[in-house]
Amino acid sequence: MDLSELLEIAEKERQSQKALQIRCCVAAGCLSSNALAVKEGLEKAVTEAGLADTVEVSGVGCLRLCCQGPLVEVAALAEPDHSGILYEKVTPDQVAAIAQALTDQFAATPTSTAAVNIPTPLQQGDLTQPFFARQQAIVLENSGKIDPERIEAYIAASGYQAIGHVLREVSPIDVINTITRSGLRGRGGAGYPTGLKWATVAKATAERKFVVCNADEGDPGAFMDRSVLESDPHRVLEGMAIAAYAIGSTQGYIYVRAEYPLAISRLQLAIRQAQRLGLLGSQIFDSPFDFRIDIRIGAGAYVCGEETALMASIEGKRGVPSPRPPYPAERGLWGLPTLINNVETFANLAPIIRHGADWFASIGTEKSKGTKVFALAGKIQNTGLIEVPMGTSLRQIVEEMGGGVPDGGSVKAVQTGGPSGGCIPASAFDTPVDYESLAQLGSIMGSGGMIVMDQTTSMVDVAHYFMEFCRDESCGKCIPCRVGTVQLHQLLTKIRDGQATSADLELLEELCDMVKHTSLCGLGQSAPNPVLSTLHYFRNEYEALIGGNAT
Amino acid sequence: MPEHPSGDKRFKMLDATIKRHQYQQDALIEILHKAQELFGYLETDLLLYIAHSLKLPPSRVYGVATFYHLFSLAPKGLHRCVVCTGTACYVKGAAALLAAVEQSTHIHSGETTSDNQLSLSTARCLGACGIAPAVVFDGTVCGHQTPELVCDRVKEYLGKGE
Repeated sequence: MDLSELLEIAEKERQSQKALQIRCCVAAGCLSSNALAVKEGLEKAVTEAGLADTVEVSGVGCLRLCCQGPLVEVAALAEPDHSGILYEKVTPDQVAAIAQALTDQFAATPTSTAAVNIPTPLQQGDLTQPFFARQQAIVLENSGKIDPERIEAYIAASGYQAIGHVLREVSPIDVINTITRSGLRGRGGAGYPTGLKWATVAKATAERKFVVCNADEGDPGAFMDRSVLESDPHRVLEGMAIAAYAIGSTQGYIYVRAEYPLAISRLQLAIRQAQRLGLLGSQIFDSPFDFRIDIRIGAGAYVCGEETALMASIEGKRGVPSPRPPYPAERGLWGLPTLINNVETFANLAPIIRHGADWFASIGTEKSKGTKVFALAGKIQNTGLIEVPMGTSLRQIVEEMGGGVPDGGSVKAVQTGGPSGGCIPASAFDTPVDYESLAQLGSIMGSGGMIVMDQTTSMVDVAHYFMEFCRDESCGKCIPCRVGTVQLHQLLTKIRDGQATSADLELLEELCDMVKHTSLCGLGQSAPNPVLSTLHYFRNEYEALIGGNAT
Repeated sequence: MPEHPSGDKRFKMLDATIKRHQYQQDALIEILHKAQELFGYLETDLLLYIAHSLKLPPSRVYGVATFYHLFSLAPKGLHRCVVCTGTACYVKGAAALLAAVEQSTHIHSGETTSDNQLSLSTARCLGACGIAPAVVFDGTVCGHQTPELVCDRVKEYLGKGE
């Protein structure tokens, strides 16, 4: 495989694309609402209607608005984004109506969707509403457009051109410089500058180095990485290959949660396809660069999202974290230098290489560049996946894009960063979303889960819920976390049940401080965050539960 | 490697997996996944067999098997009901779903009914937050659940055993 062969595949694929695309979302959310039957029904109906020459039915990745699934988008190839039609909650028996409308209308103007007016009972979504219009897709640019199970579709969308380009034209050090200049920061939550991390691993001298993709998306309420893996698995593989070339590695691992069977099977398929075309494996693009990727499947331990625990798990051991330093960049898997990045970080790499560091650095805020994918869920009208430039305010995300609380309720707070994050009150919604601002509010960017809570949600109950989570997921290695989370949970139970006194509240704060500062890994260090942030912004709820209880 | 004395064909399939991983000790988790898929759960004899095959101390295999939530050392019921208790489902009433199932089946999360028809458990977010609250019945994710829907389904499972 060389670049011209790659471009040939892309051209051939583009030639074979039909004028009208019917894209059926086959990501996990829609699949569990019977999307596969809808897709098969549409394929059959289109063939029967004799439209197979002009209309293509394909399964695509996430179409974003998960709460209205199964989603089907009808779009003309020649027209720009958001000009198509989105059908919501499509059932297999409505398929005939879509096929009929296509037969009627598209026979005349097969290249335009403008003329289509498919009658009810099909529910039609508005692609011009803020939920869609405010999105800026970099990570998700192929999601909902290409068939994740066909490598040709990815290649036609400029796939594997970035790795082809760097292998031929760019030295590893220049790749690292490009990433550094782009300002990309780790999307796993902590926001460590990606270029800096790469440079450290590149500098380490060792016989072997490893690239690890952290796809152990354990934060409850976060499903960005799942969507990326299910919608565009090749993008992640290409990103890993670019990273491997830059730091001088020949072996990569993707550590995926076992809870994501669809993501795992699509990754496995993608790896096989890439190997067959010589885009992974030995002598990629006829260069001396070799790179293999193996999948490692987790087994349900939240702590394995922590990098040192994750590496222990890849080695087939109990997923117990170890103290840092040494950092994985110096001593990681099997004691060798290891680069660990998150799924979304890897997914950003190919576009940065293709469009340049300056392009990427022009998006976002001064210190947080690019876009961020968020999973909006909870008490919100539009549940689903959004990708917005860094610096978008929470108000824009929650109220404009999310559409606020259903049934006219009002938003009370939004929880970001999962069990390690905090609750941000509605009064702080004008804050731009970037790493620093969220940290200032006592939360974190985290991996990107945003759970919206309305007035009926008790914040003490939320803190209690997260502490129970951390208590269950504590690996038990260090005492502050193992014992501290149990004690904190007991105190929160007492407060929630109205049996606590103000002395308990003091004890709670003191204990939070202790657990935060003395735990070994990120799980324990951040476990008190939900308590501290709710105490800070919603102290009245705690005090109301304590009431007049005597000390 | 000699055949397992029980003559159980599933050991042969497990051996094939172990061989494919070239008896690498770091493939332990992959092999435990396969063993659980074949046998349903990981009994002591099976763990010892794996330890022997990979030349690992049994303590290490047992330690790993007990560390991860997905590995079960006890047999499961015929049907599985997993209630997602991730944050999005929780905010949308997963606790009420779980309470309703627990009440109607008289078992708690992590337990199996006495007639071995149903195992009830909870999951920490399936990533299906768009259709919260979600429940997994026998491996199929079902969204927008209510206590009534879940209880009806569970009763169906339990009814079959009578």
